Amino acid sequence: MIPLISAALFAFLLAVAVAVARTRDLFAAAMLTGIFSLLSAGLFTLLDAVDVAFTEAAVGAGISTLLILGTLSLTGSPEAPPRRSWAPLGVVALAGGALLYATLDMPAFGDPGAPAHLHVAPEYLADTPEDIGIPNVVTAVLASYRGYDTLGELVVILAAGVGVLLLVGSGDGGGGGERALGSESHVRMREKLVLRVVARRLVPFVLLFALYVQFHGDYGPGGGFQAGVVFAAGLILYGMIFGVDEVRRVVGPRAVEVGIAAGVLLFIGVGVASLLGGANFLDYSALDPHDPAHGRHLGILGIELGVGVTVASVMTAIYYGFAGRSRRA
Amino acid sequence: MSEHLPVLQVVIPLLCAPLALLVRREAAVRTLAFAAAAASFAISVALLVSVLADGPISYPLGGWYPPLGIEYRVDTLSAFVLCVVSGVAAVLLPLGPGRGGHGLPSGRLHWFYAALLLAQAGLLGVTITGDLFNVFVFLEISSLASYVLVGLGSDRRALRAAFTYLVMGTIGGTFVLIGIGFAYQMTGTLNLDDLAQRLPEVRHKSTMLAAFAFLSVGVSLKLAVFPLHQWLPNAYAYAPPVVSAFLAATATKVAYYLLARLVFTVFGVAYVFGELGLGWLLFPLSLAAIFAGALAAIRQTDVKKLLAYSSVSQIGYLTLGLSFASLSGLTGGLVHLFNHALTKGGLFLAVACVVARSGSSRLDDWRGIGRRMPWTMAAFVAGGLGLIGVPGTAGFVSKWYLVQAALEAGRAELALGILASSLLAVVYVWRVVETAYFRDPGGPETRAEAPLSLLGPTWVLIGASLYFGVFTEWSAGVASKAAAMLLGVGP
Repeated sequence: MIPLISAALFAFLLAVAVAVARTRDLFAAAMLTGIFSLLSAGLFTLLDAVDVAFTEAAVGAGISTLLILGTLSLTGSPEAPPRRSWAPLGVVALAGGALLYATLDMPAFGDPGAPAHLHVAPEYLADTPEDIGIPNVVTAVLASYRGYDTLGELVVILAAGVGVLLLVGSGDGGGGGERALGSESHVRMREKLVLRVVARRLVPFVLLFALYVQFHGDYGPGGGFQAGVVFAAGLILYGMIFGVDEVRRVVGPRAVEVGIAAGVLLFIGVGVASLLGGANFLDYSALDPHDPAHGRHLGILGIELGVGVTVASVMTAIYYGFAGRSRRA
Repeated sequence: MSEHLPVLQVVIPLLCAPLALLVRREAAVRTLAFAAAAASFAISVALLVSVLADGPISYPLGGWYPPLGIEYRVDTLSAFVLCVVSGVAAVLLPLGPGRGGHGLPSGRLHWFYAALLLAQAGLLGVTITGDLFNVFVFLEISSLASYVLVGLGSDRRALRAAFTYLVMGTIGGTFVLIGIGFAYQMTGTLNLDDLAQRLPEVRHKSTMLAAFAFLSVGVSLKLAVFPLHQWLPNAYAYAPPVVSAFLAATATKVAYYLLARLVFTVFGVAYVFGELGLGWLLFPLSLAAIFAGALAAIRQTDVKKLLAYSSVSQIGYLTLGLSFASLSGLTGGLVHLFNHALTKGGLFLAVACVVARSGSSRLDDWRGIGRRMPWTMAAFVAGGLGLIGVPGTAGFVSKWYLVQAALEAGRAELALGILASSLLAVVYVWRVVETAYFRDPGGPETRAEAPLSLLGPTWVLIGASLYFGVFTEWSAGVASKAAAMLLGVGP
């Protein structure tokens, strides 16, 4: 049964990818990329990678689509006529050929003798309960064994936020009236009774769910990245329907700016605390001198919170940046 | 605390970037950025001294030893590159976007410093890490920050240049990630040393060959190896001049370091040059870069674009040194990394000086500027001589090693090629010199030298390039030790 579902998902994936490349309507392309991500999330679920699937669904299908739609409200939807050229097709064919060639000697899917299953992975599986004392091994790898990579990924998000704020602005610059596209769309949306009622009921639950995902990451799928994205998606949805000013009254641009920095600082702060405790950077065992596993658990809670705060703030800041820009335009 | 120096090297700028967002006041942020860069530079020098005396340092992050966790690994080569990156950053960071920047409203300047600090931390992180996936993560940090910094140029075309850079850079990053995935699939590890040990078993598999192909093409995109260099000229030409100086001096250099690391430490010279015969591809591409870059530089009417194409040409020398896979060749490549960082950084700063006064980097607007800005143009001439490779400048040292490597390899035609390309460099440098000193400005000649805050750093870099043209213990000396280490013939 599962191979059949996989085959079907892959077929859809391929069809959607071709459709994205062919359509000249950017609005359609944005929606199709959302579908593409959702299908990928389905595939990841079939592979038992629920954490990855969750992230893909939240980031790929959720917030990226929202942000692209926000951008399209500034640029307009039809694509400029493309230049016809065969060179890109050649490059794509070459890269695709190399990928196919790589599969020739690849270990078979699910092969228990594959190198990836024999070297470090068994140690993670065997040691996590004792080392860190949490059941979710994915969280253990991401937040502790390879926690420094996660700090790096968070800084990538920070860099993206800094970039948008530098190039686009934080959206609090110009006052200008109701002329903007963002506000036009919310005026249109506000007239839809169903949207309004559903959003008002749904958004609190979205935010609550984000908090659940944030603090439940040690036990089930989830963690700071997903939680931050879900939280921001809740705010953005509200803003799209009731207008960006309504959201800004609750969470001001200045607060968002502070949040962007505070999350990363919290993460690095945990690392510095381990240094001060006499251990290596990000060695959370120093946080509790009597019980290393408990210290590591504490450390994970701290850094996941940092991740959640910065991710939610950056996503919101990007939305403010674009929504505010349309007001000036 | 000294055992934590490897991680502090990266964490200090990483920590100061978000701090800058909270501090906001320009003077304070500028001080903070300078303090971070200076501390980082002091640490790299300390690390280099320690590595030369006592051998490589390994630092397990989070207390997890490799291959379970991520390792920072400092050896002669990485310490050498760390010194280049953090040294240039310490000179450049306090300068700010300057004129020719976006005309950033002062309320957003702290974001600019944050982006520069992130770019620096990313590049340092790529250099110091001993973990392949960590390389990717920090490469993305520095790349994202660089795209943004390029987009801040005063010209609208800066945004287009930044977008091209973003698309090409992202393709490069994706290729690197694909390569990492394949390598992990075949070895089960991400640690570079561990990977090198487990590779021989699987290196004949198609997946491993594809891993090497994707990794090297991806890194070559970031390094702007001919013909993957198309993003570079516009990015350097339209970025704010200080940013051009920073990127030219550091970003491509770190990509070169990464390529050398992958080829020599991870995949091994026998595999890459013996079995795959990469030399046959890399020699012609390097020569093509050297000549095509220099010929394009000659035709430019904008000084920044001229310098950018000159960078394409100079990157050709870097890869040429690598393709010899010999001690003197690799020494030449690595010492050129060092020398060209100083020279090109100084030259772009000289342009920043002129732009700060006259607002233009168009060659036509530089007529007679040699008399109006004698110190700035003297720096430009000294840097230009370095590009040509005149004895007494750092550029001469690099070319000396490269010519020697060509002769050792019995390829006199390459040695002649290097000399011929230097003549092309004479032509493009002369075009600027002639305009600046011998063309009539057609206006009043009042002396208007650049502010000392800009002229000082320019001369620090140019002065260093002259110093290392004569005293080579810390440039070529360390580079040859690093090359010996890469080739496995030295400590």
